[in-house]
Amino acid sequence: MLTNFKRVLGFAIKDFTRNKGISVAAVFVLIVTIMLVTGLVFFHKTVGYLTSQLQNKIDITAYFKDNAQEEDILSVKEEILKISPNIKNIEYISKDKALAIFNGKHQDNAVMARALQEVGSNPFLPSLNITTNGDPSQYEVISNVLENSDFSKLVDKVDFLQKKDTIEKIYSITSSINIFGLLLGAILVAVAVLVVFNTIKLTIENSKEEISTMRVVGASDWFIRGPFVIQGMLYGIFAFLICILITVLATYFLSPYISAVLPGFNIFIYFLTNWWIFVLIQLGFGIAVGAISALVVVKRYLEI
Amino acid sequence: MIKFKNVTKIYLPDTAVLQDVSFEVAEGEFVSVVGKSGAGKTTLVHLILGLETPTSGEVYFGQTNLNDADSLEIQKIRRKIGVIHQDYKLLPRKTVYENVAYVMQVEGKENEEIEKEVPRVLDIIGLSEKVDNFPDQLSGGEQQRLAIARALVNRPDIIIADEPTGNLDPYNAYEVVLLLQKINQAGRTVILSTHDREVINKLGKRVITLENGRIIRDEKEGKFII
Repeated sequence: MLTNFKRVLGFAIKDFTRNKGISVAAVFVLIVTIMLVTGLVFFHKTVGYLTSQLQNKIDITAYFKDNAQEEDILSVKEEILKISPNIKNIEYISKDKALAIFNGKHQDNAVMARALQEVGSNPFLPSLNITTNGDPSQYEVISNVLENSDFSKLVDKVDFLQKKDTIEKIYSITSSINIFGLLLGAILVAVAVLVVFNTIKLTIENSKEEISTMRVVGASDWFIRGPFVIQGMLYGIFAFLICILITVLATYFLSPYISAVLPGFNIFIYFLTNWWIFVLIQLGFGIAVGAISALVVVKRYLEI
Repeated sequence: MIKFKNVTKIYLPDTAVLQDVSFEVAEGEFVSVVGKSGAGKTTLVHLILGLETPTSGEVYFGQTNLNDADSLEIQKIRRKIGVIHQDYKLLPRKTVYENVAYVMQVEGKENEEIEKEVPRVLDIIGLSEKVDNFPDQLSGGEQQRLAIARALVNRPDIIIADEPTGNLDPYNAYEVVLLLQKINQAGRTVILSTHDREVINKLGKRVITLENGRIIRDEKEGKFII
């Protein structure tokens, strides 16, 4: 068994090195495919970052009555957290904090300062600022709960209706981007896999006669198939080594430009913290596509 | 050792290559199958190797009916047969040494045995100077000798030579036939398929004559008569 495996491995390595032109062509096609998949992963992450940034900008605010007690508002906060698992953030803003935020925003604005003085007391209401996953129905549920349940006697108003159109538009845009990205990704990956399959088919096509000779001398199916499958894996391994190098260099050099467009998003740091995922994707994809293509093609020739 | 029982082979839609063919080859025999091109000689060889199945009738190798044999049994049978093909069927991406070693590796022989046996056979066949050459770097005669070396190296029970002299000049053809005779004298069964009159008439061995897919003659010390 071990001897046979060593022999099959030896045949594969010899064929790989002897047919340099074919090997280079197959590795090149695999590099293009793996880089496409890698690019799609980065694209998905970038789009995800962009959409989450957009969604984080959407929130609804529940304003409580002036006389509502802080502990009552905090208990409403706890209840809302229990109702919806999709809440990303819920922040209690007291009257004083609301005033401080206002002052902070308008510290250089004398008109605003005078207006506050005219009012005399703190005119701001305590509030809960709620951010969910962006789904409008989530905001609607929370808004309904706040306005129609026992909490309603504490709540002055919820600004959901004013923001409803914006929330729906942004949610529909981000959902469409995600679906479009997934569809485009799936189509591109399918096309790329077909291209690799056909390249490997062409490399094995030359060996059709050889395969039939191997059958005639009594070689077992695996003794014939093994070297081709291992060669497919070798294409994948070499393509992976080149791709990971390209990925390191590309993320390192492109990172400042991407950060300039998307502040707070560092693609190189993202790669470094998730390097093992990229190794798995690139190596796994390369080996699997290389080996499975070879397996399918040789199987077809073995049946002839 | 090999038995054909009422074997008919029809290629669709209606080309009958072999029709109701029956004969037996005993162990240690030297049998020549002769006939014009297209008489069905190569199909007969393919049936023995299990590369094709008869449309009707049965082909036996020893006690095994090839119609009922699974792929593992067929592989084992093929390893017991050394075949010299008309078109050599060499492995183009393997060297002379590797071509011969391959059949021993298929058989699962140990590396020590392969390292000892392959050079010995290549020496006998006169290719020891070309061990690192690839088949396309050899002349036609050398390729033929390489095919013979590959057929012999596993010391198979039976040698089947399908038109082994077809592409050779008379001198090389005579050498090949002499070699097959020697193999037969050493106790192996030899089946020689040819349309070379000279070769058959010199041999003085059993001759099965095929014409239009039928056996028209089966003589113990036959001549090439068509």
